[in-house]
Order: sequence, then structure tokens, then C-alpha cells
Amino acid sequence: MKELIKKLTEAWGPSGCEHKVRGLIAEEVRGLADEVRTDPLGNLICRKGSGGAKVMIAAHMDEIGLMVSHVDEKGFMRFVPIGGLRSVALYGNRVYFENGVVGTISAEGEGWRTTPDREKFYIDVSTGAEAGPGVGVGDAAAFWREMVERGNRIVAKALDDRIGCVVGIEAMRKLAKTDHEIYFVFTVQEEVGLRGARPAAFGVEPDIGISLDVTSTGDTPKDDKMTVELGKGAAIKVRDGGHIVPPAIKNLMVKRAEEAGIPYQLEVLPGGTTDAAGIQLSRAGIPSGCISIPTRYLHTVSETVDIGDVQACVDLLVEILSKPIEL
Amino acid sequence: MILQELSDAFGVSGNEEEVRQIVLRHSKEHVDEVKIDTIGNVLATKKGTGAAGLRVMVTAHMDEVGFMVVDHDSNGLLGFRSIGIHPMVTPGSRLVVGPKKLPGVVGIEPIHMAWGASGYADIKKTDSLRVDIGADSKSSAQGKAPLGAYMTFDTKFTELSEKIVRGKAFDDRVGCAVLIDLLAGDPFPFDLLAAFTVQEEVGLRGATVAAFALEPDVAFALEGTICNDLPQEPGEDQTPVTRLGAGPAISVMDRSMIADRRLVNHLVETAKAHDIPYQIKAPGAGGTDAGAIHQSRAGIPSAVVSTPCRYIHGPAAIMNLDDFNNVIRLMREALKALTPAVLER
Repeated sequence: MKELIKKLTEAWGPSGCEHKVRGLIAEEVRGLADEVRTDPLGNLICRKGSGGAKVMIAAHMDEIGLMVSHVDEKGFMRFVPIGGLRSVALYGNRVYFENGVVGTISAEGEGWRTTPDREKFYIDVSTGAEAGPGVGVGDAAAFWREMVERGNRIVAKALDDRIGCVVGIEAMRKLAKTDHEIYFVFTVQEEVGLRGARPAAFGVEPDIGISLDVTSTGDTPKDDKMTVELGKGAAIKVRDGGHIVPPAIKNLMVKRAEEAGIPYQLEVLPGGTTDAAGIQLSRAGIPSGCISIPTRYLHTVSETVDIGDVQACVDLLVEILSKPIEL
Repeated sequence: MILQELSDAFGVSGNEEEVRQIVLRHSKEHVDEVKIDTIGNVLATKKGTGAAGLRVMVTAHMDEVGFMVVDHDSNGLLGFRSIGIHPMVTPGSRLVVGPKKLPGVVGIEPIHMAWGASGYADIKKTDSLRVDIGADSKSSAQGKAPLGAYMTFDTKFTELSEKIVRGKAFDDRVGCAVLIDLLAGDPFPFDLLAAFTVQEEVGLRGATVAAFALEPDVAFALEGTICNDLPQEPGEDQTPVTRLGAGPAISVMDRSMIADRRLVNHLVETAKAHDIPYQIKAPGAGGTDAGAIHQSRAGIPSAVVSTPCRYIHGPAAIMNLDDFNNVIRLMREALKALTPAVLER
């Protein structure tokens, strides 16, 4: 599983440019699904089983990044965010473009003492040679960092939400047989507003939706009040900034976790949301829940998860999908 | 010139009837079916040769930014709210007011009175502004411009040179003019589903229902877009969102959508193949009907092609007719070459 985490987190895929990640996942799920297709917006839809309750599982392939908006006379490039960029995490960071060009981020003037507005930051892609680096306005970039292991912890960029993709894929692997008609959907453009999951849900028309996504933790020094902790198991979402989970779904998840002895914790997230919020409002309404992977330092290049939590999420999803789903 | 007729027409969001009639008059004879849907969009189908098995939607919005009367003072002045216009650009503007198209002006103190702390720089809300239509009492004002009456800038289309034109509402009457031109030409390899939409400026409302009804495989929005190729503050060195005269602007990303990469590539390749100038619109600002369309049903791959217009959402915009004509050329060639193969992954 760690190998897959490395492969997916190190892949390049800012929102709207998920093709490389989609390619890797398509390869990974070959033989695990009864049918695989790509929908009009680029969501990868993998069906397993047929005839029973239609369940849509969603994990998003895209990651935050940025797009070049202006290039000045010296070649320094300004950018706009793709998804929720944290200005404080930009200094000295490296991004890379689809063609492999690496850029360094810095900011105007004496900005190092405080965090200036995003507009003050620029990307340096200078080569020292006359010829430019071959990137320009409209080109997207993703942050660059290798995945590392530190005991049970995994530190990587884009764990949001490649780790959700990993949970989905591993569950497909483990789920030998199912009475349900399960659609594992690897979605696009979550970070810019759930733009992949909503149309995907319209197309799949499921009876129930479950998203697999990261959530914050409250276990670091002077962190915001939040009870989720790294290493304490799968987080079962109760609510977030865009989604109140129907109690029946939350209770079903808790029941399955307790029956199987899977470590779990309840998640009440003050802000932010997941694909499940988009699925919930599709068509005439689709009851939806979310299994969250506790993650520190979200939207930085050093997002951190605990491998035990990841395993618990896989186990919980398999438990839910291999038993009756009655709400 | 159809563009002139469209620009001069009165059609603030929710009140597009005058524009609708112009659109119908100029497109009826070129299309096989046309209808007005429940929200007021004009939906027209131009049958194609059938060579490409696609349903292709092309949209332009009929509405323009403007104002609405919300209040009448005892002295006959009108309180108003703006629809897509910053209050800063309104003082002193001549307006056309209400269904009778009465002349009016957005009142402001003369310069003699405007020194000091509360000067002109303070205009952040329409609350402190009034429209003067020469009424001398509340009842007279109510009679001439009832609550809810629409108002727009009183600006006539003018040719400043052979290439440069000035007018109001280029956003998005220029898109309407391009779309009418596309309908008037030869059939495309597929049925062209033209949607002249309402209420874009208040939240892509017409396009939302049009896309659901038409259920296309792919969509293009035609726009008049931001063009800020203007002097900058000393020390600033940033390229503009678009440049006047530099050709059709192809969107990659704005607030409402990340454009479909395959369609962006198709547009760029088409422009190169036919020697049509083009520019990539700097990502970030603005939103278009495509933002709603690409989210319709199970998702619709979409792209946006715009004509750069300086000073949009203000009393008078400036446009280059070369850009306008090149948008028509680019769209015609790109549509002619659009096949299911373009959408293969």
C-alpha cells in the first residue's frame, strides 16, 4: 500500500489536469472492476457488482496548485491559486509544470518577516540562458515533494486526496464479492468546488454516496479545538462546513466499525467540505456520508497521515460494502 | 450593422425582450427550429450535415449590466441598485430610464463641493447616489419610473476609426453578434444548438436551464471580456488579462470553470492552422455561462472564446473589430473541424 501511496502522491495533477493520476489509477484498478469508464468531465468511474443497492464511493484525484496568470519582462511569473493555497506555505516552495520545469516561489521585497498577500508572490523559472523555460500564461503547476516514511507516519504532498484514492483502490482489492452495485468514482476538480463529483453523481444516480477524503486534526500544539487525532483510527464524519451527515449513515458506519473492532473516531469539522456534499444535493437528493483520513498540515507539501488510520479506513469501507446497507 | 443594433438595445438582466426580438429577427431565417424557453432564452437549432455525431451548444448572453429603481425621494430623485456595475463608475452618467426610455443622469455634487474627506473617492455604495429624471415630486417620479424600473447607460454605438468602435453592452452583445453570424453561414457537420441566454450577469441563470434542456455533448460560450491593457502604477510590470487587437481570447480558467483541455487545444490548433491571431486570457478573473453549463447533468466539456473589450461594466466600452471578426473566423473553423475524435482521451 505504501508503494501505491508514493506513486499517487508524487503524481502531477492540479484540478483540471488529472489525466496523469487517472492513468495511474486506471492501471491499478484493471481487473478489480467489472467496468471502467471516463465520464465527460474526466471522472474515472469503476463499477463493481450489479443489481443491488447503488453505492457511489468518491475520492478526488486532483490536488491544489497554481496557474500562471502574468509573466513580467524579466520572466518572473505571477499566478492565481487552483484551490485553497496557503500564502504562508508558499515561501521557498517548489512547483513543477507538466513539462517538468521546476519553479521556485518567492515574494516581492522584504516579505519574509510577515506573510504578504498572494499577489506579492511570484515564480522564478529562470534558466540563466536566453531561451525561456517553455512555460507561460495558462500553464498549471503542482507542488513538488517526495513522499517519506517516518515510523507509522507518511509525509507527502497531495495526500489530499490521493490517500482517499488509495483507500478506494485497496477496498476494491479487498472486496471479493458484493451484493451491491458499487461505483468507485475517482473525481476531478474537488478543490475548486466539487465540480467533478456533482455531475458524476447525476450520471451514476446512486442510492447512497460515501466520500473518502482527508480531515484536519486537533492534536498539534495550540491547534484549533477538534477531537480528531492521528493514529486513533478512521474518522466517521458527523458534519463539516458543507454537509450534515444523515444520522442513519453515521450510525451504520459506527455500527460496522464496532462489530469488526475497527478503530474509529467521530469527526466534527468546523470548515471545509468534501465531494459528499455535492453528491448529497444531486438530482432529488442522495443520502451521503464520508470516511475521513485524519491528516495534519493540510494543503502543504508535508501533509501527514498515520498508516494505521489509512488501514482502518480501508477496513471500515470494506465492512460497510460487504454487508447490507439499510438506512 | 447587427452589432450596432444589439449594442444600442436596452436589455438589463431580466428585461431582455428588446434584444430577444433583434436576435429572433436576424437568426430566424437561418435556423430550422427556434423557441423561447420558460425563462426567456432563445434556443435555436441549425441542422448540420450529420457528418459528426455530436450535439454542440454555443451560447451568448443577451442581458447587460444596469440598474433598477428601488426608491423614490420626496423631491423626485430615484434611489437605485446596481446590477454588475461598481458605483464608482456611475456618477455623472447619462441613463435611459424605464420602459418609456426617459433620459436621466446619475447625480453627483460638482467639483466645487467635493473637496475634503468625503470627496469623490468615497463612492462605494449606490445608497448615496440618486438618479435625476427631472421629476419634482415623489408621485411624479413614481409615475415616470415605477419601483423595479430598469435603467441602463445612454450610450450610442460609435465608430471611432475603421477598426475601433465604442458602445455599451459589448458584454455580451458581441457574443450575440458572433453567434448570429455563425448561424447565418453554412451548416456545420453537426446540429448547432444556439442559446441566446438571459440573466448571465446575475448568476448564469439562463444558461443553467438552457444546458439542462439542450443536453449537449460539448459547449462553447462566446463572450466580451476584460481588457486591461492600460497604464500601470510606476514599478508595476504585469501583463494584462487580454490585449486589444491581439485576437480572440481563449480561456483556460476563471472563477467559474476550468476549461476543457481538449477543447482549448483544439481552439489553439485551429487558430495556428488558419493563421488566426489568438491570445490566452490570463486565468483568474470573471465567470461565464460555461461555468453553469459544464456542471449541467452528468457534465459537459466546455470552453470560452471572448472578444477583448476595454471598460466593460461601465458606461462605454472600446472594441477592435479585427478581434470581433477573428472570433467569428476562429469559431467557424473550430466548429467545422470539431469531431468526436477531438473529445477522445
